[in-house]
Amino acid sequence: MNMIQAINSAMDVMMGRDPDVIVMGEDVGYFGGVFRATAGLQAKYGKTRVFDTPITECGIIGVAVGMGAYGLRPVPEIQFADYIYPALDQLVSEAARLRYRSAGEFTAPITVRSPFGGGIFGGQTHSQSPEGIFTHVSGIKTVIPSTPYDAKGLLIAAIEDNDPTIFFEPKRIYNGPFDGHWDKPTQNWSQHPAGEVPTGYYKIELGKAKVVRAGEALTVLAYGTMVHVALAVIEEAGVDAEVIDLRTLVPLDIATIEASVQKTGRCMIVHEATRTSGFGAELSALVQERCFYHLEAPIERVTGFDTPYPHSLEWAYFPGPVRIGEALKKIMKA
Amino acid sequence: MAGDSPRANLQPLSLHVPEPRFRPGDAVDFCAVDIPPAGSAARPDSAAAPDSFPELAYGLIRVLDDDGRAVGPWNPQLSPEMLRRMLRSMALVRAFDERMFRAQRQGKTSFYMKCTGEEAVAVAAAHALDYEDMCFPSYRQQGLLIARGWSLVDMMNQIYSNRGDRLQGKQLPIMYSVKEAGFFSISGNLTTQYPQAVGWAMASAAKGDTRIAATWCGEGSTAEGDFHSACTFASVYRAPVIFNIVNNQWAISSFSGFAGAESTTFAARAIGYGIAGLRVDGNDALAVYAATLWAAERARTNQGPTLIEHFTYRAEGHSTSDDPGQYRSAGEPTAWPLGDPIKRLRDHLIAIGEWDDERHAAQDLELAELVKAAQKEAEQNGILGHGLHQPLEGLFDGVFEEMPWHLREQQAQMIAEETASGRPWARK
Repeated sequence: MNMIQAINSAMDVMMGRDPDVIVMGEDVGYFGGVFRATAGLQAKYGKTRVFDTPITECGIIGVAVGMGAYGLRPVPEIQFADYIYPALDQLVSEAARLRYRSAGEFTAPITVRSPFGGGIFGGQTHSQSPEGIFTHVSGIKTVIPSTPYDAKGLLIAAIEDNDPTIFFEPKRIYNGPFDGHWDKPTQNWSQHPAGEVPTGYYKIELGKAKVVRAGEALTVLAYGTMVHVALAVIEEAGVDAEVIDLRTLVPLDIATIEASVQKTGRCMIVHEATRTSGFGAELSALVQERCFYHLEAPIERVTGFDTPYPHSLEWAYFPGPVRIGEALKKIMKA
Repeated sequence: MAGDSPRANLQPLSLHVPEPRFRPGDAVDFCAVDIPPAGSAARPDSAAAPDSFPELAYGLIRVLDDDGRAVGPWNPQLSPEMLRRMLRSMALVRAFDERMFRAQRQGKTSFYMKCTGEEAVAVAAAHALDYEDMCFPSYRQQGLLIARGWSLVDMMNQIYSNRGDRLQGKQLPIMYSVKEAGFFSISGNLTTQYPQAVGWAMASAAKGDTRIAATWCGEGSTAEGDFHSACTFASVYRAPVIFNIVNNQWAISSFSGFAGAESTTFAARAIGYGIAGLRVDGNDALAVYAATLWAAERARTNQGPTLIEHFTYRAEGHSTSDDPGQYRSAGEPTAWPLGDPIKRLRDHLIAIGEWDDERHAAQDLELAELVKAAQKEAEQNGILGHGLHQPLEGLFDGVFEEMPWHLREQQAQMIAEETASGRPWARK
């Protein structure tokens, strides 16, 4: 399966298992979603469980919170992460705090799916990576898969989870992994082992990172598309790096990160999102606090620049092979 | 320069900034407020198409006339027992408000908000709805809880953030949450409950349930985007929901003109969404009851949502942190042409020979005693400012269903700091 099919399969499996799971969002019903992630679900489960919504993100999330309070398990879609901002108040002030402020009387077991990230010439409003906004909010879990296998297992876990979860789908790798070489043909998930996805139920526990490449020379922390870019750069440079796919940003798998950095003594953090106050800053601070005496070099952050996401200048902006390669040289020299 | 412009022949534009009719010191005369006679509004079938009765969105549904009689097609024909029950609930709300306002002034809690003059809006609606229907209130519908017979002591425990507070001292006073009484957790963020109520109602419909949802916001909060989203969703899916707009003329210091009242009514907002819209005398408990019952019947028969504007007046300050004397005339509350909801229902009961001044006075005394006794009981559990009443480590409970490592670490750090301070748990 490619990542779209895996995500579709996760919703299919969960709708089949739990009559309280419902799917809603702009164009998700009859049409099956602008990325085809919900294709076939309305025909299979009916219009009261899979339906199109008006174009109002604050309405979509607000309604989902109310459905959650009733006892349903909504999986709302926000068509692009760049358009999640109108729903911020409902996510930050309501979904994230409902359990806390009502001492558990009411909960918001919602899973907000949203395509995110760049690398597709999406310009300013189809490329953003706003995960840092959500990791800053107490009460929300943030999940980002990097393969079809993980996407399905993590999405099933998120839907079953009783806490509100933001599930960001890196749309650049919907159809195949991306190594950052935008000028070369792209691989398809059918040629990748993580494209092997069971058709039935399985889940991947939230809060668990995955060491995707074991190594001794340095630790690379990445998630989403950047896992593949980092892996490719490391192979090309012939550096024996340990690459960790975080998978869940909150709650973070700190034990796996600590063990790795304490072993390697070096840490590079890679994300597409803008640098200042991005999630990399939190990762860097945690590594510095917990692995200080093991560090042999300053922690490197390779991120998007602190600018809006540009259109024609995309490959200068994107933290691709050139920038990761330079950072790699710097951190290995230190 | 304007003189050099080729458009110099045009009059310059001017920006209209609304201004309330009366400011502090002004004499008040509400004769410009259009109050149609009681009984004059038509009562359509609750299944009528929403575009077939726009006049109800611009008019005013009133049942109680100046002589205390119940008149017209909206008269809900309630039994004297029911009328007395509503009167008692409204009087209890007022007694509760008085006592808790005073408790805040005595420093026993940090904050309070009264609903004086608006008691009918919540109390009559609570009596017209089924107990199982879900309410998504704003912060000024304490009348729902009281009318549903919820424990005053429990409400006070929340206000005091004391040992008995089910919300563990985490919420600002009056931000109640009572799932058992169908009262959704109150949020400080305005109108967020509106789309949530629609979602709850949609869920009820999707599951083939028979329960409906009702929600409340103030007229000021209708300006929030969530209001528009909620109305759109409710209309699109014909959600079994009742939208209540409590138009009490004031949003803190801003008069209703800043929410659009100079150009239209709030009930008329419904017309553009294809929602049934009713405008009701909010100080007339019978009109509020009848309109709510009509809307509930409409929702329960799959005819979709109703928006009700309750035309009323916020007789007191916005909150204990507010002094209305700074921005409006002190004469307004007493000059308000729709009077006092409690007095009007009392007069009606007296007019039909089912009540008298002595019984009313006796009930007021009894309710004052009841509230006083509840307060005494609640204060046994502590008041704000007399030390911490909840175990400190509970601060971290309920952020997530299970506590992740980073919260566990912060919790341990807090406990260690408290212990090292030499005065553990002594914070106020």
